[in-house]
Amino acid sequence: MDGNVEDFTETARSKQAQNMPEMTKVECRNIDVFYGEKQAIFDISLDIPDRAVTAFIGPSGCGKSTFLRCINRMNDTIESARVTGQIFMDGADINDHSIDPVLLRSRVGMVFQKPNPFPKSIYDNIAYGPRIHGLASGKQELDEVVESALRKAGLWEEVKDRLLAPGTGLSGGQQQRLCIARAIAVSPEVILMDEPCSALDPIATARIEELIDELRERYCIVIVTHSMQQAARVSQKTAFFHLGKLVEYGDTERIFTNPEDSRTQDYITGRFG
Amino acid sequence: MSEHIVTAFTDELEHLSANLLRMGGLAEAMINDSSRAVVTFDLELARQVIKRDEAIDELEAEAEKAIIRLIALRHPMAADLRAVLGAMKLAGDIERIGDLCKNIAKRCLELTGEENRAAVKSIERMSRSVSYQLQKALDAYLRQDVNAAIEVLELDDDIDDHYVSFFRETLTYMMEDPRQIGSNTHLMFMAKNLERIGDHATNIAKAVYYMVTGETATGDHIEARIKKEGSGR
Ligand SMILES: Nc1ncnc2c1ncn2[C@@H]1O[C@H](COP(=O)(O)OP(=O)(O)OP(=O)(O)O)[C@@H](O)[C@H]1O
Ligand SMILES: [Mg+2]
Repeated sequence: MDGNVEDFTETARSKQAQNMPEMTKVECRNIDVFYGEKQAIFDISLDIPDRAVTAFIGPSGCGKSTFLRCINRMNDTIESARVTGQIFMDGADINDHSIDPVLLRSRVGMVFQKPNPFPKSIYDNIAYGPRIHGLASGKQELDEVVESALRKAGLWEEVKDRLLAPGTGLSGGQQQRLCIARAIAVSPEVILMDEPCSALDPIATARIEELIDELRERYCIVIVTHSMQQAARVSQKTAFFHLGKLVEYGDTERIFTNPEDSRTQDYITGRFG
Repeated sequence: MSEHIVTAFTDELEHLSANLLRMGGLAEAMINDSSRAVVTFDLELARQVIKRDEAIDELEAEAEKAIIRLIALRHPMAADLRAVLGAMKLAGDIERIGDLCKNIAKRCLELTGEENRAAVKSIERMSRSVSYQLQKALDAYLRQDVNAAIEVLELDDDIDDHYVSFFRETLTYMMEDPRQIGSNTHLMFMAKNLERIGDHATNIAKAVYYMVTGETATGDHIEARIKKEGSGR
Protein backbone atom coordinates (compact mmCIF):
# COMPACT_ATOMS: atom_id res chain seq x y z
CA MET A 1 0.00 0.00 0.00
CA ASP A 2 2.76 2.38 1.07
CA GLY A 3 4.75 1.34 -1.98
CA ASN A 4 1.85 2.21 -4.21
CA VAL A 5 1.55 5.70 -2.85
CA GLU A 6 5.24 6.22 -3.35
CA ASP A 7 5.07 4.88 -6.88
CA PHE A 8 2.26 7.20 -7.60
CA THR A 9 4.07 10.31 -6.38
CA GLU A 10 7.24 9.22 -8.18
CA THR A 11 5.42 8.98 -11.47
CA ALA A 12 3.68 12.25 -10.87
CA ARG A 13 6.99 13.91 -10.12
CA SER A 14 8.81 12.57 -13.14
CA LYS A 15 5.87 13.46 -15.32
CA GLN A 16 6.05 16.99 -14.06
CA ALA A 17 9.78 17.18 -14.72
CA GLN A 18 9.45 15.88 -18.25
CA ASN A 19 6.45 17.79 -19.30
CA MET A 20 6.32 20.87 -17.16
CA PRO A 21 3.03 22.58 -17.69
CA GLU A 22 3.59 26.09 -18.86
CA MET A 23 2.54 28.60 -16.24
CA THR A 24 1.12 31.79 -17.61
CA LYS A 25 2.58 34.87 -15.96
CA VAL A 26 1.01 37.65 -17.97
CA GLU A 27 -2.33 37.29 -19.64
CA CYS A 28 -3.24 39.95 -22.21
CA ARG A 29 -6.86 40.17 -23.32
CA ASN A 30 -8.20 42.16 -26.26
CA ILE A 31 -5.66 44.95 -26.09
CA ASP A 32 -6.21 48.00 -28.28
CA VAL A 33 -3.85 50.96 -28.17
CA PHE A 34 -4.55 54.36 -29.71
CA TYR A 35 -2.22 57.31 -30.14
CA GLY A 36 -4.78 60.10 -30.41
CA GLU A 37 -7.08 59.02 -33.25
CA LYS A 38 -4.60 56.54 -34.69
CA GLN A 39 -4.90 52.93 -33.62
CA ALA A 40 -1.52 51.21 -33.16
CA ILE A 41 -2.57 47.87 -31.62
CA PHE A 42 -5.63 45.89 -32.74
CA ASP A 43 -7.32 43.47 -30.39
CA ILE A 44 -4.30 41.47 -29.26
CA SER A 45 -4.70 38.61 -26.80
CA LEU A 46 -1.60 36.74 -25.71
CA ASP A 47 -0.48 34.55 -22.80
CA ILE A 48 3.12 35.06 -21.76
CA PRO A 49 4.65 32.09 -19.89
CA ASP A 50 6.62 32.35 -16.66
CA ARG A 51 10.27 31.27 -16.49
CA ALA A 52 10.69 31.49 -20.21
CA VAL A 53 11.76 34.00 -22.83
CA THR A 54 9.14 35.29 -25.24
CA ALA A 55 10.35 37.17 -28.31
CA PHE A 56 8.35 39.84 -30.13
CA ILE A 57 9.34 40.18 -33.76
CA GLY A 58 7.94 42.11 -36.70
CA PRO A 59 8.70 44.92 -39.11
CA SER A 60 9.48 48.41 -37.84
CA GLY A 61 6.40 50.28 -36.71
CA CYS A 62 4.25 47.16 -36.26
CA GLY A 63 3.66 47.94 -32.58
CA LYS A 64 6.11 45.73 -30.68
CA SER A 65 7.33 48.50 -28.36
CA THR A 66 3.82 49.83 -27.91
CA PHE A 67 2.55 46.42 -26.88
CA LEU A 68 5.53 45.81 -24.63
CA ARG A 69 4.90 49.09 -22.84
CA CYS A 70 1.36 47.95 -21.99
CA ILE A 71 2.82 45.30 -19.71
CA ASN A 72 4.32 47.79 -17.26
CA ARG A 73 1.88 50.58 -18.03
CA MET A 74 4.58 52.76 -19.52
CA ASN A 75 2.02 53.97 -22.06
CA ASP A 76 0.37 55.80 -19.16
CA THR A 77 3.28 58.22 -19.33
CA ILE A 78 2.60 59.04 -22.99
CA GLU A 79 0.10 61.87 -23.23
CA SER A 80 -1.74 60.80 -26.39
CA ALA A 81 -1.74 57.05 -25.69
CA ARG A 82 -4.93 55.23 -24.70
CA VAL A 83 -5.00 51.53 -23.86
CA THR A 84 -8.12 49.38 -23.65
CA GLY A 85 -8.48 45.70 -22.81
CA GLN A 86 -7.14 43.83 -19.84
CA ILE A 87 -3.77 42.56 -18.67
CA PHE A 88 -3.54 40.14 -15.77
CA MET A 89 -0.35 39.40 -13.90
CA ASP A 90 -0.70 36.25 -11.81
CA GLY A 91 -4.41 36.72 -12.35
CA ALA A 92 -4.60 40.31 -11.04
CA ASP A 93 -5.65 43.11 -13.39
CA ILE A 94 -2.69 45.50 -13.63
CA ASN A 95 -4.89 48.36 -14.77
CA ASP A 96 -7.07 48.11 -11.69
CA HIS A 97 -7.15 51.49 -9.94
CA SER A 98 -5.93 49.88 -6.74
CA ILE A 99 -2.60 49.05 -8.43
CA ASP A 100 0.16 51.63 -8.00
CA PRO A 101 1.98 51.96 -11.35
CA VAL A 102 5.28 52.70 -9.58
CA LEU A 103 5.02 49.50 -7.61
CA LEU A 104 3.99 47.64 -10.74
CA ARG A 105 7.14 48.85 -12.47
CA SER A 106 9.25 47.42 -9.67
CA ARG A 107 7.63 44.06 -10.40
CA VAL A 108 8.05 44.53 -14.12
CA GLY A 109 11.54 45.78 -14.96
CA MET A 110 12.44 47.26 -18.30
CA VAL A 111 15.65 47.45 -20.30
CA PHE A 112 15.79 49.78 -23.27
CA GLN A 113 17.47 49.79 -26.64
CA LYS A 114 20.03 52.40 -25.67
CA PRO A 115 21.75 51.76 -22.35
CA ASN A 116 20.61 54.57 -20.09
CA PRO A 117 22.53 54.51 -16.83
CA PHE A 118 21.82 57.34 -14.38
CA PRO A 119 24.59 59.94 -14.21
CA LYS A 120 25.70 58.43 -10.93
CA SER A 121 28.22 55.88 -9.73
CA ILE A 122 27.96 52.24 -10.74
CA TYR A 123 27.00 51.46 -7.15
CA ASP A 124 24.26 54.07 -6.98
CA ASN A 125 22.82 52.99 -10.31
CA ILE A 126 22.04 49.62 -8.78
CA ALA A 127 21.26 50.83 -5.25
CA TYR A 128 18.75 53.44 -6.39
CA GLY A 129 15.79 51.09 -6.88
CA PRO A 130 16.27 48.99 -3.72
CA ARG A 131 16.62 52.21 -1.72
CA ILE A 132 13.39 53.81 -2.86
CA HIS A 133 11.49 50.55 -2.58
CA GLY A 134 12.98 49.89 0.86
CA LEU A 135 14.33 46.51 -0.21
CA ALA A 136 17.47 46.73 1.93
CA SER A 137 17.94 47.88 5.47
CA GLY A 138 21.35 49.23 6.20
CA LYS A 139 24.55 49.62 4.25
CA GLN A 140 25.67 46.00 4.47
CA GLU A 141 22.44 44.60 3.08
CA LEU A 142 22.48 47.14 0.29
CA ASP A 143 26.05 46.14 -0.56
CA GLU A 144 24.86 42.59 -0.84
CA VAL A 145 21.96 43.49 -3.09
CA VAL A 146 24.29 45.46 -5.37
CA GLU A 147 26.86 42.68 -5.57
CA SER A 148 24.26 40.02 -6.21
CA ALA A 149 22.61 42.03 -9.00
CA LEU A 150 25.98 42.76 -10.63
CA ARG A 151 26.91 39.10 -10.39
CA LYS A 152 23.64 37.96 -11.94
CA ALA A 153 24.22 40.42 -14.75
CA GLY A 154 27.73 39.04 -15.25
CA LEU A 155 29.34 42.40 -14.56
CA TRP A 156 30.73 41.98 -11.05
CA GLU A 157 34.25 40.85 -11.97
CA GLU A 158 34.65 43.76 -14.37
CA VAL A 159 33.52 46.54 -12.02
CA LYS A 160 34.08 45.36 -8.44
CA ASP A 161 37.19 47.56 -8.10
CA ARG A 162 35.52 50.72 -9.36
CA LEU A 163 32.04 50.72 -7.93
CA LEU A 164 32.21 54.43 -7.26
CA ALA A 165 33.18 55.35 -10.83
CA PRO A 166 30.37 56.82 -12.94
CA GLY A 167 28.16 54.26 -14.74
CA THR A 168 28.33 56.35 -17.89
CA GLY A 169 32.08 55.65 -18.07
CA LEU A 170 31.51 51.98 -18.90
CA SER A 171 31.53 50.56 -22.43
CA GLY A 172 28.20 50.22 -24.23
CA GLY A 173 27.93 46.50 -23.52
CA GLN A 174 28.86 47.01 -19.88
CA GLN A 175 26.35 49.83 -19.58
CA GLN A 176 23.65 47.54 -20.95
CA ARG A 177 24.53 44.86 -18.41
CA LEU A 178 24.51 47.58 -15.76
CA CYS A 179 20.96 48.46 -16.80
CA ILE A 180 20.01 44.80 -16.61
CA ALA A 181 21.59 44.61 -13.14
CA ARG A 182 19.59 47.71 -12.18
CA ALA A 183 16.40 46.04 -13.38
CA ILE A 184 17.21 42.85 -11.49
CA ALA A 185 18.15 44.66 -8.25
CA VAL A 186 14.53 45.38 -7.35
CA SER A 187 13.67 41.66 -7.63
CA PRO A 188 11.21 41.97 -10.48
CA GLU A 189 9.09 39.08 -11.69
CA VAL A 190 8.96 40.15 -15.30
CA ILE A 191 11.74 41.75 -17.33
CA LEU A 192 10.89 43.57 -20.55
CA MET A 193 13.71 44.22 -23.00
CA ASP A 194 13.28 46.45 -26.02
CA GLU A 195 16.05 45.65 -28.50
CA PRO A 196 18.62 45.35 -25.71
CA CYS A 197 21.49 44.40 -28.02
CA SER A 198 20.98 46.69 -30.97
CA ALA A 199 23.89 48.93 -29.97
CA LEU A 200 26.26 46.13 -29.02
CA ASP A 201 29.02 44.18 -30.78
CA PRO A 202 28.70 40.40 -31.26
CA ILE A 203 30.67 39.53 -28.12
CA ALA A 204 28.73 41.89 -25.88
CA THR A 205 25.55 40.59 -27.54
CA ALA A 206 26.55 36.99 -26.83
CA ARG A 207 27.14 37.93 -23.16
CA ILE A 208 23.69 39.48 -22.88
CA GLU A 209 22.13 36.46 -24.58
CA GLU A 210 23.93 34.13 -22.18
CA LEU A 211 22.65 36.29 -19.35
CA ILE A 212 19.09 36.18 -20.66
CA ASP A 213 19.34 32.41 -20.84
CA GLU A 214 20.41 32.27 -17.17
CA LEU A 215 17.78 34.76 -16.03
CA ARG A 216 15.09 32.69 -17.67
CA GLU A 217 15.23 30.21 -14.78
CA ARG A 218 13.94 32.87 -12.41
CA TYR A 219 12.01 35.41 -14.44
CA CYS A 220 9.42 35.88 -17.10
CA ILE A 221 11.30 37.66 -19.90
CA VAL A 222 9.94 39.41 -22.96
CA ILE A 223 12.38 40.63 -25.57
CA VAL A 224 11.78 42.74 -28.66
CA THR A 225 14.39 42.11 -31.30
CA HIS A 226 15.00 42.79 -34.96
CA SER A 227 17.45 39.94 -35.19
CA MET A 228 15.74 36.72 -36.26
CA GLN A 229 18.79 34.78 -35.19
CA GLN A 230 18.64 36.35 -31.76
CA ALA A 231 14.96 35.56 -31.35
CA ALA A 232 15.66 32.00 -32.45
CA ARG A 233 18.61 31.69 -30.08
CA VAL A 234 17.20 33.11 -26.86
CA SER A 235 13.46 32.57 -26.84
CA GLN A 236 11.14 29.65 -26.28
CA LYS A 237 8.07 31.46 -27.60
CA THR A 238 7.86 33.86 -30.49
CA ALA A 239 5.11 36.30 -31.38
CA PHE A 240 5.04 37.85 -34.85
CA PHE A 241 3.38 41.26 -35.13
CA HIS A 242 2.34 42.96 -38.33
CA LEU A 243 0.52 46.27 -38.76
CA GLY A 244 -0.56 46.35 -35.12
CA LYS A 245 -1.94 42.80 -35.16
CA LEU A 246 -0.66 39.58 -33.70
CA VAL A 247 -0.27 37.34 -36.74
CA GLU A 248 1.22 34.24 -35.19
CA TYR A 249 2.34 33.08 -31.78
CA GLY A 250 3.88 29.76 -30.86
CA ASP A 251 6.94 27.74 -29.95
CA THR A 252 10.04 29.43 -31.31
CA GLU A 253 11.31 26.24 -32.87
CA ARG A 254 8.15 25.83 -34.88
CA ILE A 255 7.94 29.49 -35.89
CA PHE A 256 11.46 29.33 -37.33
CA THR A 257 11.18 25.97 -39.05
CA ASN A 258 7.56 25.76 -40.04
CA PRO A 259 5.49 28.90 -39.57
CA GLU A 260 1.80 28.65 -40.34
CA ASP A 261 1.05 32.09 -41.69
CA SER A 262 2.52 33.16 -45.01
CA ARG A 263 3.22 36.64 -43.62
CA THR A 264 5.38 35.14 -40.88
CA GLN A 265 7.12 33.00 -43.47
CA ASP A 266 7.80 35.98 -45.69
CA TYR A 267 9.09 38.09 -42.84
CA ILE A 268 11.49 35.63 -41.27
CA THR A 269 12.87 34.47 -44.61
CA GLY A 270 13.48 38.05 -45.70
CA ARG A 271 10.78 38.30 -48.32
CA PHE A 272 8.74 41.23 -47.09
CA GLY A 273 8.02 43.86 -49.70
CA MET B 1 6.50 32.06 -52.75
CA SER B 2 7.61 35.61 -53.46
CA GLU B 3 11.25 36.50 -53.92
CA HIS B 4 13.75 37.47 -51.27
CA ILE B 5 14.53 41.12 -50.76
CA VAL B 6 18.16 40.13 -51.29
CA THR B 7 17.82 38.71 -54.81
CA ALA B 8 21.18 36.94 -54.67
CA PHE B 9 19.66 34.65 -52.02
CA THR B 10 16.87 33.56 -54.37
CA ASP B 11 19.41 33.11 -57.17
CA GLU B 12 21.64 30.91 -55.03
CA LEU B 13 18.75 28.69 -53.94
CA GLU B 14 17.58 28.32 -57.53
CA HIS B 15 21.07 27.55 -58.72
CA LEU B 16 21.38 24.86 -56.06
CA SER B 17 18.15 23.18 -57.03
CA ALA B 18 19.05 23.30 -60.74
CA ASN B 19 22.36 21.68 -59.87
CA LEU B 20 20.60 18.87 -57.97
CA LEU B 21 18.19 18.25 -60.81
CA ARG B 22 21.12 17.95 -63.20
CA MET B 23 22.73 15.44 -60.83
CA GLY B 24 19.45 13.56 -60.60
CA GLY B 25 19.12 13.47 -64.39
CA LEU B 26 22.62 11.98 -64.69
CA ALA B 27 21.83 9.36 -62.06
CA GLU B 28 18.62 8.40 -63.82
CA ALA B 29 20.50 7.91 -67.10
CA MET B 30 23.10 5.84 -65.26
CA ILE B 31 20.40 3.50 -63.97
CA ASN B 32 18.96 3.04 -67.45
CA ASP B 33 22.31 2.63 -69.17
CA SER B 34 23.78 0.24 -66.63
CA SER B 35 20.82 -2.10 -67.05
CA ARG B 36 20.95 -1.71 -70.84
CA ALA B 37 24.61 -2.65 -70.69
CA VAL B 38 23.63 -5.82 -68.82
CA VAL B 39 20.76 -6.74 -71.11
CA THR B 40 22.67 -6.12 -74.38
CA PHE B 41 25.97 -7.23 -72.85
CA ASP B 42 27.46 -3.94 -74.01
CA LEU B 43 30.79 -3.67 -72.18
CA GLU B 44 31.66 -0.35 -73.79
CA LEU B 45 28.49 1.19 -72.37
CA ALA B 46 29.29 -0.31 -68.97
CA ARG B 47 32.71 1.38 -69.01
CA GLN B 48 31.07 4.68 -69.92
CA VAL B 49 28.71 4.40 -66.96
CA ILE B 50 31.64 3.78 -64.62
CA LYS B 51 33.29 6.91 -65.94
CA ARG B 52 30.17 9.04 -65.52
CA ASP B 53 30.14 8.54 -61.77
CA GLU B 54 32.91 11.14 -61.52
CA ALA B 55 30.65 13.83 -62.92
CA ILE B 56 28.09 13.13 -60.21
CA ASP B 57 30.77 13.25 -57.53
CA GLU B 58 31.92 16.62 -58.80
CA LEU B 59 28.40 18.00 -58.82
CA GLU B 60 27.91 16.74 -55.28
CA ALA B 61 31.04 18.53 -54.09
CA GLU B 62 29.81 21.68 -55.78
CA ALA B 63 26.36 21.37 -54.18
CA GLU B 64 27.94 20.83 -50.79
CA LYS B 65 29.99 24.00 -51.15
CA ALA B 66 26.90 25.97 -52.15
CA ILE B 67 25.00 24.60 -49.16
CA ILE B 68 27.74 25.53 -46.68
CA ARG B 69 27.86 28.99 -48.22
CA LEU B 70 24.10 29.43 -47.95
CA ILE B 71 24.07 28.40 -44.30
CA ALA B 72 27.08 30.53 -43.37
CA LEU B 73 26.14 33.67 -45.24
CA ARG B 74 22.36 33.67 -45.56
CA HIS B 75 21.18 32.03 -42.34
CA PRO B 76 18.20 30.41 -44.03
CA MET B 77 15.00 30.24 -41.99
CA ALA B 78 11.73 28.35 -42.18
CA ALA B 79 10.96 27.13 -45.73
CA ASP B 80 14.42 28.25 -46.88
CA LEU B 81 16.05 26.29 -44.08
CA ARG B 82 14.06 23.22 -45.04
CA ALA B 83 15.01 23.71 -48.70
CA VAL B 84 18.70 23.83 -47.83
CA LEU B 85 18.55 20.84 -45.49
CA GLY B 86 16.55 18.92 -48.07
CA ALA B 87 19.12 19.79 -50.74
CA MET B 88 21.84 18.39 -48.54
CA LYS B 89 19.97 15.10 -48.26
CA LEU B 90 19.21 14.97 -51.96
CA ALA B 91 22.84 15.54 -52.88
CA GLY B 92 23.90 12.66 -50.62
CA ASP B 93 21.26 10.27 -51.91
CA ILE B 94 21.92 11.02 -55.57
CA GLU B 95 25.63 10.59 -55.06
CA ARG B 96 24.99 7.15 -53.54
CA ILE B 97 22.76 6.22 -56.48
CA GLY B 98 25.68 7.07 -58.78
CA ASP B 99 27.96 4.76 -56.77
CA LEU B 100 25.46 1.92 -56.92
CA CYS B 101 25.07 2.28 -60.70
CA LYS B 102 28.81 2.29 -61.07
CA ASN B 103 28.89 -0.95 -59.09
CA ILE B 104 26.28 -2.50 -61.40
CA ALA B 105 28.36 -1.48 -64.42
CA LYS B 106 31.53 -2.96 -62.88
CA ARG B 107 29.74 -6.24 -62.27
CA CYS B 108 28.54 -6.16 -65.86
CA LEU B 109 32.17 -6.37 -66.94
CA GLU B 110 32.38 -9.65 -65.02
CA LEU B 111 29.45 -11.29 -66.82
CA THR B 112 29.90 -13.94 -69.48
CA GLY B 113 26.96 -13.02 -71.67
CA GLU B 114 25.61 -16.53 -71.11
CA GLU B 115 23.45 -15.64 -68.13
CA ASN B 116 19.94 -16.92 -67.81
CA ARG B 117 17.79 -14.64 -70.01
CA ALA B 118 14.84 -14.68 -67.64
CA ALA B 119 17.04 -13.43 -64.81
CA VAL B 120 18.52 -10.70 -67.01
CA LYS B 121 15.02 -9.64 -68.02
CA SER B 122 14.10 -9.39 -64.35
CA ILE B 123 17.02 -7.04 -63.77
CA GLU B 124 15.78 -4.91 -66.63
CA ARG B 125 12.25 -4.79 -65.20
CA MET B 126 13.49 -3.87 -61.75
CA SER B 127 15.77 -1.26 -63.18
CA ARG B 128 12.84 0.26 -65.05
CA SER B 129 10.73 0.49 -61.87
CA VAL B 130 13.58 2.04 -59.91
CA SER B 131 14.37 4.55 -62.61
CA TYR B 132 10.69 5.49 -62.78
CA GLN B 133 10.66 5.89 -59.00
CA LEU B 134 13.67 8.21 -59.10
CA GLN B 135 12.19 10.17 -61.98
CA LYS B 136 8.99 10.70 -60.01
CA ALA B 137 10.91 11.68 -56.88
CA LEU B 138 12.91 14.28 -58.80
CA ASP B 139 9.73 15.52 -60.39
CA ALA B 140 8.15 15.88 -56.94
CA TYR B 141 11.23 17.87 -55.93
CA LEU B 142 11.07 20.11 -58.97
CA ARG B 143 7.39 20.86 -58.43
CA GLN B 144 7.59 20.72 -54.61
CA ASP B 145 4.59 18.45 -54.81
CA VAL B 146 3.83 16.56 -51.61
CA ASN B 147 1.23 14.27 -53.19
CA ALA B 148 3.70 13.16 -55.84
CA ALA B 149 6.19 12.49 -53.03
CA ILE B 150 3.67 10.27 -51.25
CA GLU B 151 3.11 8.31 -54.47
CA VAL B 152 6.85 7.64 -54.67
CA LEU B 153 6.83 6.30 -51.10
CA GLU B 154 4.10 3.89 -52.07
CA LEU B 155 6.12 2.58 -55.03
CA ASP B 156 8.88 1.31 -52.79
CA ASP B 157 6.97 -1.76 -51.58
CA ASP B 158 6.68 -2.99 -55.17
CA ILE B 159 10.40 -2.76 -55.65
CA ASP B 160 11.06 -4.63 -52.42
CA ASP B 161 8.67 -7.38 -53.60
CA HIS B 162 10.46 -7.48 -56.94
CA TYR B 163 13.73 -7.97 -55.19
CA VAL B 164 12.49 -10.79 -52.97
CA SER B 165 11.00 -12.70 -55.90
CA PHE B 166 14.10 -12.14 -58.01
CA PHE B 167 16.20 -13.56 -55.20
CA ARG B 168 14.10 -16.73 -55.06
CA GLU B 169 14.05 -17.08 -58.83
CA THR B 170 17.83 -16.79 -59.13
CA LEU B 171 18.40 -19.29 -56.34
CA THR B 172 16.35 -21.78 -58.32
CA TYR B 173 18.49 -21.21 -61.46
CA MET B 174 21.63 -21.69 -59.42
CA MET B 175 20.40 -24.96 -58.00
CA GLU B 176 19.39 -26.19 -61.42
CA ASP B 177 22.75 -25.36 -62.97
CA PRO B 178 25.69 -24.86 -60.58
CA ARG B 179 27.90 -23.57 -63.42
CA GLN B 180 25.75 -20.42 -63.37
CA ILE B 181 26.46 -19.66 -59.71
CA GLY B 182 29.29 -17.21 -60.45
CA SER B 183 27.53 -14.90 -62.90
CA ASN B 184 24.16 -15.24 -61.19
CA THR B 185 25.75 -14.00 -58.01
CA HIS B 186 26.65 -10.83 -59.89
CA LEU B 187 23.03 -10.52 -61.02
CA MET B 188 21.89 -10.95 -57.45
CA PHE B 189 24.13 -8.13 -56.26
CA MET B 190 22.86 -5.97 -59.10
CA ALA B 191 19.32 -6.58 -57.92
CA LYS B 192 20.38 -5.71 -54.38
CA ASN B 193 21.92 -2.49 -55.69
CA LEU B 194 18.74 -1.63 -57.53
CA GLU B 195 16.73 -2.25 -54.40
CA ARG B 196 19.01 0.16 -52.55
CA ILE B 197 18.69 2.75 -55.29
CA GLY B 198 14.95 2.46 -54.66
CA ASP B 199 15.59 3.24 -50.98
CA HIS B 200 17.53 6.36 -51.95
CA ALA B 201 14.70 7.47 -54.24
CA THR B 202 12.40 6.95 -51.27
CA ASN B 203 14.69 9.13 -49.14
CA ILE B 204 14.47 11.85 -51.75
CA ALA B 205 10.68 11.68 -51.65
CA LYS B 206 10.80 11.89 -47.84
CA ALA B 207 13.06 14.93 -48.07
CA VAL B 208 10.57 16.56 -50.44
CA TYR B 209 7.77 15.75 -48.03
CA TYR B 210 9.68 17.46 -45.23
CA MET B 211 10.62 20.47 -47.34
CA VAL B 212 7.03 21.11 -48.34
CA THR B 213 5.18 20.29 -45.12
CA GLY B 214 7.75 20.82 -42.37
CA GLU B 215 6.77 17.42 -40.99
CA THR B 216 8.80 14.24 -41.00
CA ALA B 217 7.43 11.69 -43.46
CA THR B 218 6.23 9.05 -41.00
CA GLY B 219 3.20 6.84 -41.48
CA ASP B 220 1.07 8.83 -39.03
CA HIS B 221 1.75 12.20 -40.60
CA ILE B 222 1.23 10.89 -44.10
CA GLU B 223 -2.03 9.20 -43.19
CA ALA B 224 -3.28 12.35 -41.47
CA ARG B 225 -2.39 14.37 -44.53
CA ILE B 226 -4.05 11.98 -46.95
CA LYS B 227 -7.17 12.01 -44.79
CA LYS B 228 -7.19 15.82 -44.67
CA GLU B 229 -6.69 16.07 -48.43
CA GLY B 230 -9.41 13.50 -49.00
CA SER B 231 -12.02 15.30 -46.95
CA GLY B 232 -11.02 18.60 -48.58
CA ARG B 233 -11.85 17.28 -52.03
N1 LIG C 1 4.43 58.32 -28.83
C1 LIG C 1 3.79 58.04 -29.97
N2 LIG C 1 2.92 58.91 -30.51
C2 LIG C 1 2.27 58.65 -31.65
N3 LIG C 1 2.43 57.53 -32.37
C3 LIG C 1 3.30 56.63 -31.91
C4 LIG C 1 4.03 56.83 -30.70
N4 LIG C 1 4.81 55.75 -30.49
C5 LIG C 1 4.58 54.93 -31.52
N5 LIG C 1 3.68 55.43 -32.39
C6 LIG C 1 3.18 54.79 -33.61
O1 LIG C 1 2.63 53.52 -33.28
C7 LIG C 1 3.01 52.53 -34.23
C8 LIG C 1 3.76 51.41 -33.52
O2 LIG C 1 5.00 51.92 -33.04
P1 LIG C 1 5.99 51.07 -32.17
O3 LIG C 1 7.08 51.98 -31.72
O4 LIG C 1 5.24 50.33 -31.16
O5 LIG C 1 6.55 50.07 -33.27
P2 LIG C 1 7.73 49.00 -33.16
O6 LIG C 1 7.19 47.73 -33.67
O7 LIG C 1 8.31 49.02 -31.81
O8 LIG C 1 8.78 49.58 -34.22
P3 LIG C 1 10.38 49.52 -34.18
O9 LIG C 1 10.72 48.14 -34.56
O10 LIG C 1 10.78 50.48 -35.26
O11 LIG C 1 10.83 49.91 -32.83
C9 LIG C 1 3.85 53.26 -35.27
O12 LIG C 1 3.02 53.56 -36.36
C10 LIG C 1 4.32 54.49 -34.58
O13 LIG C 1 4.49 55.56 -35.49
MG1 LIG D 1 10.24 49.56 -31.00
